Amino acid sequence: MTSGERGRLGDRLLHAYTWLVIVWLSAPIAVMILFGFNDKQSKSNTSWQGFTLRWYAELFEISDLTVALRNSLVIALVSTVITVVLGTMLGLSLGRHRFRGKGVTNFLVFAAISTPELVMGASLLSLFVSGNVPRDANTIIVSHVLFSLSFVVVTVRARIVTLDPSLEEAARDLGATAWGTFRQVTLPSIMPAVMAGAMLSFALSIDDYVVTSFVNGSTVTFPLWIVGAVKTGIPPQVNVMGTLIFCVGVLIAVANAVVARRRA
Amino acid sequence: MRRLTPYLLALPSWMWLAIFLVVPMVAMASVSLQTGNAYDGYAMTFSFSNYGEALGRYSTQLLRSLLYGGLATVAMLLIGYPVAYWIAFRGGDRKSMYLFLLLLPFFVSFVLRTISWNFLLADNGILFGTLKGWGLLPESFHVLATTLAVVGGLTYNFLPFMILPVYVALERVDPRVVEAAQDLYATRAGAFRRVVLPLSLPGVFAGVLMTFVPATADPINAQILGGTGNTMIGNNIQTEYLVNLNYPTASALSFTLMAVLLVGIFAYARALGTENVLEAAAR
Repeated sequence: MTSGERGRLGDRLLHAYTWLVIVWLSAPIAVMILFGFNDKQSKSNTSWQGFTLRWYAELFEISDLTVALRNSLVIALVSTVITVVLGTMLGLSLGRHRFRGKGVTNFLVFAAISTPELVMGASLLSLFVSGNVPRDANTIIVSHVLFSLSFVVVTVRARIVTLDPSLEEAARDLGATAWGTFRQVTLPSIMPAVMAGAMLSFALSIDDYVVTSFVNGSTVTFPLWIVGAVKTGIPPQVNVMGTLIFCVGVLIAVANAVVARRRA
Repeated sequence: MRRLTPYLLALPSWMWLAIFLVVPMVAMASVSLQTGNAYDGYAMTFSFSNYGEALGRYSTQLLRSLLYGGLATVAMLLIGYPVAYWIAFRGGDRKSMYLFLLLLPFFVSFVLRTISWNFLLADNGILFGTLKGWGLLPESFHVLATTLAVVGGLTYNFLPFMILPVYVALERVDPRVVEAAQDLYATRAGAFRRVVLPLSLPGVFAGVLMTFVPATADPINAQILGGTGNTMIGNNIQTEYLVNLNYPTASALSFTLMAVLLVGIFAYARALGTENVLEAAAR
């Protein structure tokens, strides 16, 4: 066998291996989707007993699960809006300006990303306990903004530094106000990054279990409800909700990629 | 006004980070030095006994977490590097498709993914139940509630965070550099070891950082996939805070975990060479 042949064989093996890893990563997703269609008769949903669409029809039959899902969606939406506004402002500031305290700001942004979720949740609970703050949806929103903020800042800053500042200067020279320049020149050009940051913080928020478990009080979110139900058995409705969230997420990502490709 | 702009833009985030990141850390540090109980309240006594107590009670779980986190990180590196390598050098114009497929799990909630594994690996579930039915596995065979299940779950859940930074580093390697090495009579293995591997180290560094810290501190995998003998430090911190309401010990435990992780990161950074670290941090 020559060295070239050996190289081609190695490439083929690596190609097959890459697919194997993809299959491994997707296996639990397939299981989740499949068991949303399982016509289970017993209490537990662990063995295949036939195909049904019943759980799609009875999706909202478990009222506290529905409440948990709605809580998660509302919390994700509100915290995303706050995060995107704050994060874009800070991203602009860090990407476009020199100012005192920039080093400290960068450090804080980095610290917020690298603090383990568990420590973040624990420290927030310490704060709320010390300050006698009641834990509810508001404390969850506050915490979700905290752990998503840096991701938006980093995404927006990365986009800003690649933009040519002379565009904004030209707009100002042509008589645009500061606000007008921002709205008509800066914002459109950083929009892809702002949208990416928004999707990221929505995803982080709706998925969070660890931080939320510390600051939720008696408010239950979708991931908290699921973990609470592990001992008694996960109802198929959870699989259906997971499947729907998965499909919407993939659709948005694909649509985003198609739009980006067309624009390029 | 123009000089004030950067400060005004940064102000809301500063306040958020100060009130909800810095102050809580200080609050936690202060709680970790207090004594008392949930009924009579706590008083500041500057006592370090909470740390002694936390370490005395949970050193096994702390060491186990570091071991599990470390094992999972090594597994992720061994599993993920070849994938990143193949996509970066042989992915052609399908690179984004492969990356997208690798990121698919992120469209399903972390908790649900882990529960799906619990499902797949159940003692009499679709996988092992079937194999046992065919007589291919002994009745007593099980994976759930073992070290393998927890480390496997951690490896599975954080793998994309290893693959992505390694891929980014490998993608930047100019294929002509590799060709040059081969023109100079390096073997394929030699070119890989002496050219590609060193150039990918910043990506490996970033990947290890992005996976080791969350894997070590993760409570979910141990809770859902592990048994009573596999609890990790994250589970203990949650229990002390949320069930026992033993805030001083819990705070001391959280701080100990963070300190250990920080020391680990710095030791690791020293071992790899500071230049690499700065380079990796700059990216």
